[in-house]
Amino acid sequence: MTRSTILTIEHISKAFFGVPAVRDVSIDVKEGEILGLIGQNGAGKSTLMNLVGGVVHPDAGSMTFRGKPYAPRRPADANDAGIGFIHQELNLFTNMTIAENVFISGFPRTGFGPFKFIDRAAMKARTRELLDQVGLDTPPDFQIERMSPGERQLVEIAKALYMDASLIIFDEPTTSLTARETEQLFNIMLRLREQGKSMIYISHILNDVLRLADSIAVMRDGQLVTQEARDAFDTRRMISLMVGRSIEQLYPTRTSAPTTTPLLELKGISAAGIVEKVNLTVHRGELVGLFGLMGSGRTELARMIFGLDRTEQGEIRVAGEALKGSSARDSIRSKIAFVTENRREEGLLMNIAIADNVTLVALPEFARTALQILDAGAMREAAREASQALQLKAADISVQPAKSLSGGNQQKVVIAKWLLSQPEVFIMDEPTRGIDVGAKYEIYAIMDRLAAAGSGVLFISSELEELMGTCDRILVMSQGEIVAQFAREAFSDEAILRAAFREHAPLHPHSGETEQSS
Amino acid sequence: MARTRHDPVSTTIQRDERPGAAEDPSGPLLKSISPKRRDQRTPSQAVGAFFRRALLSENFILYLTIIFFVVASIFFTTLSAPRNITNQLLNMWPLLAIAIGQTFVLILGGIDLSQGATMAITSTIGGLVMSTALDASTYDKSPLWGTLISESGGILGQDPNGWAVAVVVMLLLGLLIGWLNGTMITRFNLAPFMVTLVSSTIFAAFALWLTQSRNVANLPEPFLLLGNGDIISIFLGPKLNPDIARRDVLPLITYPALISLGLAVLAHFLLTRTSFGRQMYSVGTNRRASTISGVPSQRVIIMVYMFSGFCAAVASILYSARLGIGQPSLGSGNILLDVIGAAVIGGTSLFGGKGTVKGTLFGVAFFVLLLNILNAMQLSPFIIDAVKGGIILIAALLDITRTRILNRGA
Repeated sequence: MTRSTILTIEHISKAFFGVPAVRDVSIDVKEGEILGLIGQNGAGKSTLMNLVGGVVHPDAGSMTFRGKPYAPRRPADANDAGIGFIHQELNLFTNMTIAENVFISGFPRTGFGPFKFIDRAAMKARTRELLDQVGLDTPPDFQIERMSPGERQLVEIAKALYMDASLIIFDEPTTSLTARETEQLFNIMLRLREQGKSMIYISHILNDVLRLADSIAVMRDGQLVTQEARDAFDTRRMISLMVGRSIEQLYPTRTSAPTTTPLLELKGISAAGIVEKVNLTVHRGELVGLFGLMGSGRTELARMIFGLDRTEQGEIRVAGEALKGSSARDSIRSKIAFVTENRREEGLLMNIAIADNVTLVALPEFARTALQILDAGAMREAAREASQALQLKAADISVQPAKSLSGGNQQKVVIAKWLLSQPEVFIMDEPTRGIDVGAKYEIYAIMDRLAAAGSGVLFISSELEELMGTCDRILVMSQGEIVAQFAREAFSDEAILRAAFREHAPLHPHSGETEQSS
Repeated sequence: MARTRHDPVSTTIQRDERPGAAEDPSGPLLKSISPKRRDQRTPSQAVGAFFRRALLSENFILYLTIIFFVVASIFFTTLSAPRNITNQLLNMWPLLAIAIGQTFVLILGGIDLSQGATMAITSTIGGLVMSTALDASTYDKSPLWGTLISESGGILGQDPNGWAVAVVVMLLLGLLIGWLNGTMITRFNLAPFMVTLVSSTIFAAFALWLTQSRNVANLPEPFLLLGNGDIISIFLGPKLNPDIARRDVLPLITYPALISLGLAVLAHFLLTRTSFGRQMYSVGTNRRASTISGVPSQRVIIMVYMFSGFCAAVASILYSARLGIGQPSLGSGNILLDVIGAAVIGGTSLFGGKGTVKGTLFGVAFFVLLLNILNAMQLSPFIIDAVKGGIILIAALLDITRTRILNRGA
């Protein structure tokens, strides 16, 4: 390969709270290639990319971009140099239009003399071109808040193209995309590569990385393990390099068998346009998977069980007793826990110390006397115990804010806070989204432990493979209804997918998405 | 050297070897000093390190207040006179009571603009309940004349315990207004700014209407003690005369001091030791996540606004007792903005989730001292607010510098 190098990172290091996050890492990105960057949570991928993006500054080491020394002081420097960033959480202004977002750093102006106006026509025309490049046929003056996560991602790419980025960094871009949107994103990435753009692609979905990347860099514990051409890798090798040892299996074996005592029972739960006559039972000690495509109503159903959204009909029973009231508080009292799909907005208090997050749900249990005085010692002890049990990787849980943790560790904080209230029913909505293989395994193992202890787990996921690897039973949801269920012996990805896409039944006229992606 | 320093590309890893560079307290450079150089710190470096530590301390505003006081005392000797100090403390107590309530609301990410009006209405109604005598020619325009108030004062004006009932009525009224605010905010999802602005307008007007803008005079003697009664007084000077003139006695421990400090201790306890306090911070940080975690967010919000109303009522009691009147125009000036300013200087965030009672105590002390100095300077009343604004700006900038250094050091 004689392609020239566009970005060179040399011996770069960075520490936070005295803990090294990136240690002496050197990586090259070639012109017109896609570099896959993989590693467990906390391996230093995000920090490395933040160094490239000028969000944090290196303690040592240097970078060269397009043959010139490159030391960004702030994110704008990275943009000016021609490095575009597509973050996991998108940085779009949802109250503005596509065109306004694309031109946010400087609106084109027209006019005469001192009277200058924003040149809306030019903005629209240019945005139109850019949107065509990313295959989005939405009008340029469409509001971002009315677009799906996948479409927003494409707007981000259009924005990077407008900045004339020659290197685009994708940080977990597919976490909130549907299968079809992911496919579209990949096609655009491949097209951009043909045009000579370089890209760094960070993802936990190893098959995607294998499919897209020309070369792959693996990080572990802040260090670069290796950077080699794609052909040198397969999934097994990638995992063993990431984990530092070879992993025999991706899913822990179930250590217990489900009982036949019903724990969580839903009878005829309906809410117009959202879910329809849902019947569902989770038994004690059972791990039930709920599979469905985005928009199938699974998250909405979970919110109803937990009392966050209203149901119009039907009954929910926990351990034989009808659920009283309809608030999160009542559900917690009935021993239900809800790990939301949205860690940042609904799961954690990002700016608050880890220990305070962990003790939040069980707060009433630490309150003594009528004055509700908190037993600080017991709280500290409980938080420490819970984070140890889940092997939380943090420097100091009593001062470090939750936002300083990696995704997998943040998820452990969410689970820890529910464990402290000792629930019996766990509703876990996409608990492994955006976290690495090692942490995923740990979370599966936690679910198994919970089931073995007699709890019931409702595991909602759009990754069929993980449901098949961990659950006792899988229910399939589509357009607000439970359309099929499969016992472990009958697990078959083909049959389950077919049920999710409702291939056995005539399709509704408005189910555009399911029609095309099947 | 000069050229490279302005070269943005090389600034990240360049080490500045100029003498004196180590005084720069801005982080990375300081860390790069070799151990050998640190041992040979010059006095100026030691002073620099001292100031850095003071700046980063959570008691920073206290230090600032003390320095401010010491320096200003050199120029204005009246400042450190015992009489002045006790007077300033008397000024501080009611302000502290309001500020504590406001701090609670700010921690929630809300704001309470109705505290001033709460003071006005509680002062007026409390006065109307306990006044011992009212003059017909002044009050006969009041809609209450002849029913609740008469020439023998308020409805409980002749009752020896009328003042105690009045105090209870004032506190309950404060709680009620807070409950109304909190309920409007949570049930109808209205913005706290709007809700409290509306209740402020309504209750301030209501207070004026009740007495047709007249102050309520003749408050009973036991009530007045709450405003400036002293429990322990001191006399400074030689024991020449067996009878010490009243004006030479300095109040040391006063009722308002006990009331306000008691309120502060209670608030500090609520905030740091109880589950209610923890829930306040969590709702202020992220209401949605808190609700899902079982925090009764609505109840917490309503209770915090009730507490804020309660604090305003306490301040109203202190002011009314000190002035000796029920005043329908109480709290109508700049007082609310001063209180919010004091809380923010004390480290409370307007965006919620951050703030302490201790910080607010220091912030209020800073504010009272500032007003005292501005008075001592005998500035033109037309310029005094501009100077005040300037000093608040400086304090705020120092606080931002401080936060920035703290974040970088982390």
